[in-house]
Amino acid sequence: MEFGPYLMLASLEGAVTAAVLALTAVGLSLVFGIMRVVNVAHGEFFMLGAVLAWWVSSWFGGPAAVGFIAAAVIAPVLVGLLAAAADMTLLKRIDYDPERTIVVTIGLLYVIQQVTLMTYGPEARPVEPPFNTRLALPWFEWGENGFQLYWPWGLSTTSYKLFVIAAAAAVLAAVWLLMRHTKIGLIMRATQLDGEMAQVFGIPVERVYAFTFGLGAGLAALAAVLIVPIQQAHYLMGGDPLLLSFIVVIIGGLGSLPGTVVAALLIGMSDGIISVFFSPTLAKILATLLVALVLVFRPQGLFGTRAA
Amino acid sequence: MSLLETRGLSKSFSGLRAVHEVDFALPEGEVRALIGPNGAGKTTFVGMLCGRIEPSSGTVRFSGADVSHLPAHRRIRAGMAYTFQITSIFAKLSCRENVALAVRRRHGPQSDVIEALARVGLDDRADQLAGDLSYGHQRLLEIAMGLAQKPRLLILDEPTQGLSDGEIDAFCTLIRELKAETTILLIEHNMAVVMQTADRITVLNFGEILAEGAPDEIRANRAVQAAYLGTEDA
Amino acid sequence: MTETGKAIALHAGLVVLLFVLQWVLPAYHHGNLARVMVLATYAMGYNLLFGYTGLLSLGHAMFFAAGMYGMALTVKHLGWAPAPALVAGIGAGLLLSLAVGALALRTAGVAFMIVTLMFAQAVFLTILYFGEWTNADDGLVLQRAERMMWGLDLSNDATRYVAAWVLFTVCLGLSLWLVRSSFGKVLIAIRENEPRAQMLGYDTFRHKLAAVTASGTMSAAAGAGYGLLFGYAGASFAGVQYSILPLLWVLLGGAGTIVGPFIGALFTFYLIDIASGFTSAYMAVVGGVLIALTLFARQGIGGELRRRVWRWLP
Repeated sequence: MEFGPYLMLASLEGAVTAAVLALTAVGLSLVFGIMRVVNVAHGEFFMLGAVLAWWVSSWFGGPAAVGFIAAAVIAPVLVGLLAAAADMTLLKRIDYDPERTIVVTIGLLYVIQQVTLMTYGPEARPVEPPFNTRLALPWFEWGENGFQLYWPWGLSTTSYKLFVIAAAAAVLAAVWLLMRHTKIGLIMRATQLDGEMAQVFGIPVERVYAFTFGLGAGLAALAAVLIVPIQQAHYLMGGDPLLLSFIVVIIGGLGSLPGTVVAALLIGMSDGIISVFFSPTLAKILATLLVALVLVFRPQGLFGTRAA
Repeated sequence: MSLLETRGLSKSFSGLRAVHEVDFALPEGEVRALIGPNGAGKTTFVGMLCGRIEPSSGTVRFSGADVSHLPAHRRIRAGMAYTFQITSIFAKLSCRENVALAVRRRHGPQSDVIEALARVGLDDRADQLAGDLSYGHQRLLEIAMGLAQKPRLLILDEPTQGLSDGEIDAFCTLIRELKAETTILLIEHNMAVVMQTADRITVLNFGEILAEGAPDEIRANRAVQAAYLGTEDA
Repeated sequence: MTETGKAIALHAGLVVLLFVLQWVLPAYHHGNLARVMVLATYAMGYNLLFGYTGLLSLGHAMFFAAGMYGMALTVKHLGWAPAPALVAGIGAGLLLSLAVGALALRTAGVAFMIVTLMFAQAVFLTILYFGEWTNADDGLVLQRAERMMWGLDLSNDATRYVAAWVLFTVCLGLSLWLVRSSFGKVLIAIRENEPRAQMLGYDTFRHKLAAVTASGTMSAAAGAGYGLLFGYAGASFAGVQYSILPLLWVLLGGAGTIVGPFIGALFTFYLIDIASGFTSAYMAVVGGVLIALTLFARQGIGGELRRRVWRWLP
């Protein structure tokens, strides 16, 4: 394949990564933005989403679409409820102390991961996509006859991958609407600005926190449901999404939703493109170092503005 | 010569002027009180003196040297001592260890520690954990930590806040004793304490110096009364 | 007896007990205890920073690995003898901790935790990336001939036990001396109230940098010792898990106590040992204990001892 079509293929793969990453990272960012805590178990909620999706879809059986739709509804809700329960039993008890929250969620990470190993097992299992038509994509060239389109061999995507991108965009839009144009969004933003003040004004801060923690985990689980027909569900699959979400949230500016989405696009696209051309390990080394240095020298994120 | 001097010292927080062009001089050996209504910029001003807050512009000179850009710990080493407005001691360490940290010399004589504790009347509690002391005693420990540094300039930020009447009297006696040894800058709300202890008073209002003079002059100053004392009995 | 006397007697007693145990323990526990002493050395290094200075690092595996690989790479590729290789490992940890400290200490709290986590991740990936030299996931195995130090065979069980004991004892003595020195008191002061320490005239940044360096170097010594005594350097020792474990050991044993890291490492080692007899998912135990400790016993075992029995415990 020539360079042009190759780049297009890499960008498409990157866009799928970016879409899923944006959903996962927005979940992490919401939790950080509103509750001011870092949830290290976020990747495990992602993993749980994928594993539950496999469970639900194989339990339903029948046509792939039925199982998939059931998984897309049930898995995020279950994960969200579990996270909300963890918030009320664990985080509330330590009063959302930032450092202790990290230690507790590390503990939660191991518990979720290892309990999954005990029950679901060490195998990787696929979920069948609801539809998966191969779509060949055209490329153009300036030939003897001027501009012409042709279909290079290997330049293709699937209808499901395009669906993932569209679905992620739709969910992100819904989150944005929820935050900007609903009462619950207003309440969440008020809590973000000043938790104590919100409490004074009668906002049930504890319930807002439980809802936020559940919503964040649910978004990660939904992202996993979307990706599991492409990747397989495995009990160790939470590590990479966690690391990448960290990178995205930090580069995008801690707690800023638009920044997070922009950074997810940047990292997801470049991860797809870079790993096509370079070693993925080198790409990860550079990305982690970049994140560390951003936190050291530009803690407000690359796109954030310095707080007063 | 002045021990401490500021020239055009200013600080604004995102456009809000907290302290504006303050020229201030404190001669060696004086007890100076710094007063002003809430929000007058006292805390910001003192923060800039001891290096906790970076000034927007202007200079701070301490015993002849420009210290405007020195970090806080270097200014302390140059001979300033600062006691916190909100009690700020090492709660899990004993009184003795708290003061020993303030003495700062590697194997400093224990007598310095005990002497500082004795001056505030805490020598019999040297081995108690600081966190177990009563609030008033914690304030006194805070002052002992200032004294133990044998500073050339002792900055006391609201030292009598929360003390009982008896403790306040003892504090005033202590300040009068210290006069011979060190220069003192006292940020204080309690006007009785100020009138009793200060040689001179500087009044800060809206981030600028409104008046400066002996206690009697300040008491008689109409502008000060209007801005600050108001109906308060001074 | 004075408090200093009591403190010295307690720690000397522990060290003597550990030395005597080599003739008492059955082979299985003999081997385990040698391992625990090296891991406890790592935990003591971690404790200098977390327990005494109050800085929570999530990336100490990078220092442990720096020691391990600084030692193993010089043995494997430069043909160095164990003694200079050990020094190379410790030196690698010193330089890395100095550099990481200088950068990471510009942040605080949660940001410090994430920055150390990220740097450690970069070190881990770097070990994988240079698989040509590090043998990536498979790691480097040190042969018996490469572990002969001053005529002593470190692959021999008895020698290994004594070598681990020496490493542990030296680092325990160093920790004890350090936290009782005036430098150690300043670290505790920074942990308790950093602005106050600064306003007493202490350069808190330099003290914290020294603490990161001392902590990282001791962790590297443990890493180099571990590689040498057990004949293996693997990338998994640079992974996130090996950054979390010292935190767990120290939390369990008691942060800011000298014996805490040993107690925590010993306890965790046997907990995992027993759990892995039942299930391959033994890390669930680690997670459960971390949660329980954070919720119910922040002081850990050593901290509870200090609170209830020995107030003088350093």
